[in-house]
Amino acid sequence: MKVTIDGISIDVEPGTTILNAARKIGGDIVPPAMCYYSKLEGSGGKCRTCLVKVSKGSEKDPRPMPKLVASCRTTVMDGMEVQNITSPEVLEARKGVVEMLLINHPLDCPICDQAGECDLQNLAFDHGTAKTRYEFDRRTFHKIDIGDKIQLHMTRCILCYRCVFTADQITDHRIHGILNRGDHSEISTYIQAAVDNDFSGNVIDVCPVGALTDKTFRFKNRVWFTKPVEAHRDCDHEKCSGKVTLWYKGEDVLRVTARKDVYGEVESFICNTCRFDKKKTSDWVIEGPRKVANWSVQTANHYEMLHPLPVVKTNPVLQEANKNQFERETRL
Amino acid sequence: MGRKLLLTNINVPGINTFDVYHKNGGYASVEKALKTLSPDAIVEEVKKSGLRGRGGAGFPTGMKWSFLAKPEGVPRYLVCNADESEPGTFKDRYLMTYIPHLLIEGMIVSSFALGANVSYIYVRGEMMPQIRILEKAIAEAKNAGFLGKNILGTGYDLELYVQPGGGAYICGEETALLESLEGKRGNPRIKPPFPAIAGLYGCPTVVNNVESIAAVVPIINEGGEEYAKIGIGRSTGTKLISAGGNVKKPGVYEIELGVSCEEFLYSDEYCGGIANGKRLKAVVAGGSSVPIVPANLFLKTINNELRLMTYESLADGGFVSGTMMGSGGFIAFDEDQCIVRNTWNFTRFYHHESCGQCSPCREGTGWMEKVLHRLEYGHGKMSDIDLLVDVSKKIEGNTICPLGDAAAWPVASAIRHFRDEFEWHVTNPSEALTRNYGLAHYADPLPKKEEVAS
Repeated sequence: MKVTIDGISIDVEPGTTILNAARKIGGDIVPPAMCYYSKLEGSGGKCRTCLVKVSKGSEKDPRPMPKLVASCRTTVMDGMEVQNITSPEVLEARKGVVEMLLINHPLDCPICDQAGECDLQNLAFDHGTAKTRYEFDRRTFHKIDIGDKIQLHMTRCILCYRCVFTADQITDHRIHGILNRGDHSEISTYIQAAVDNDFSGNVIDVCPVGALTDKTFRFKNRVWFTKPVEAHRDCDHEKCSGKVTLWYKGEDVLRVTARKDVYGEVESFICNTCRFDKKKTSDWVIEGPRKVANWSVQTANHYEMLHPLPVVKTNPVLQEANKNQFERETRL
Repeated sequence: MGRKLLLTNINVPGINTFDVYHKNGGYASVEKALKTLSPDAIVEEVKKSGLRGRGGAGFPTGMKWSFLAKPEGVPRYLVCNADESEPGTFKDRYLMTYIPHLLIEGMIVSSFALGANVSYIYVRGEMMPQIRILEKAIAEAKNAGFLGKNILGTGYDLELYVQPGGGAYICGEETALLESLEGKRGNPRIKPPFPAIAGLYGCPTVVNNVESIAAVVPIINEGGEEYAKIGIGRSTGTKLISAGGNVKKPGVYEIELGVSCEEFLYSDEYCGGIANGKRLKAVVAGGSSVPIVPANLFLKTINNELRLMTYESLADGGFVSGTMMGSGGFIAFDEDQCIVRNTWNFTRFYHHESCGQCSPCREGTGWMEKVLHRLEYGHGKMSDIDLLVDVSKKIEGNTICPLGDAAAWPVASAIRHFRDEFEWHVTNPSEALTRNYGLAHYADPLPKKEEVAS
């Protein structure tokens, strides 16, 4: 099926969503997505940041769609023409959605562990306005611990439902969900039960904001001071791939996460043992430095050191990367 | 005197019981439909009647039925949407309380037409008395052989269930209703797929309003063409209007579509004019979610034509100067009512009822409520008015379900038509707390359309 997004045509399989077609093309025309997660079935359609305009329905029925549609849940038709960044209407609506997402968000990025790898931060930077027009108290919640490894800070939540889908589909049972409705709705467990499951840690990775954070990493360090390194181990859990990113500070592994792609989605889910308990370099086989996009703050302080860290010294791949980075930085 | 089709026998004592209802010609349509008509013929008849959905959107019912997918081996469902929670609308409750058998009769005929063997009536949770009434009526109909296995010896089986709702306005949205009926949280689904393809338990489903289903009874009894003769243009048949607010005689009226708005509001047959000798200021014509219009624009369209109670005429002028038929929740405001306060009240309702699934509605309704609260209580700023318009624009059309639109329209229209009242609330905050703005120019005759030199 042929679909044209912002004037760029691509052939895709029937049943592909507009968002996935745009991701195949790549670049600026990919609509941002806060709630859609390609690994989770049924996700998407809620945050409305991925709204696009369908200016031509299909070859058969060329009428445009009357409203903006959520690109993550709308499948392409043959000959469909979609406008994303070429439509002022879409940009205006997206600006509105970002504003809505931010009015009850605490904007506590300076003390938030997610800062630097936060989808909402990126979204607000790209599409938001510098000032808010909201002049009322923001909704707040108490922090609660769901399980001994995960902390829920509901105030930051944007209710994307990703963690609910994760618990449904990745773990064997779900005990957290949405309580209440409207802007009172919150992610919570019924009567403060603990989320205890081999795969529960994945909710931290899927959370687009800092609402679900790793208690073993909380306030340990900023993301941009740590050095991400790809590694793997032979995990005996049958569903765990063992492919992770280690976040180093000096010689210590501060945090283990699953590997995320350019859209912030994990490549494969990992078990809690890998995530929380294996924090020594000797537990892992190091593959090489993680590729971080140039625009990301995560590139700060990475490999430009004259005196490389001990973990770099012992690994030829990291040494090579360090050298390249060093040359690039010093040339500038 | 307009013709009545649904409420013909409303004043017969004991019409809520099966015996009296049956004696007065009730269940004739079931016998006619099941014994003489094929399901397709019934759908065709409803199509011919031009019946439009009475729940608010006004989508042709026959067309909706013909969209129903009919795969082999998959059950189909008919669900009656009795989750009537729109502020201002109470027609379905009235119908279910006083002639429950009309709804049951309509359900049997409609289920037969759609080939459904299990049908549900999803009743708003707060309407417990009506739920009991319907359950009793279903039991009576079952005893008489109109429900259950092999109805009237025709071999058609139908089980009818009443499901009390969870008590949320959002469950009146058809996909949220289906979620709730399945026992889940009442969040609207993302469409497509539409319920006609994958609805209740993933099976093809039709969701219809109580009044739409009840209207099938006279259509089958008299024939679709006969029904289509009532009304004007594409607005055929009769409609229940629940009149409330400052009218002399509030209540549920059955009107022939095409009665003029003036007649409906002022004639003694219907509302009987504004109570206590006051003057009309504004009207919400079809339940809280439709745009509010000032008195002059309600009685006449912008082109100085008489406005009629039809889907088309009420919508004449679009959102700029028109409103909508909606679900028939007619609210009249007299000169002593404060539009700002009313808008705040409506917004408070939508804020409370937003399901919280998609962000513009979840955050925007609360925002609008807070700003309107500030305006109403004298802390507003001039810029708030434009802010409200902007926020309502950001919500409208960008949400999963129509609740976002329903929350945005009253605000946008109130500011469009009553902007000077909002401004007066900002410039005279202390006065606004003690007295109301009054009628001002809202009932003045509309200005003549200016001749544009060609």
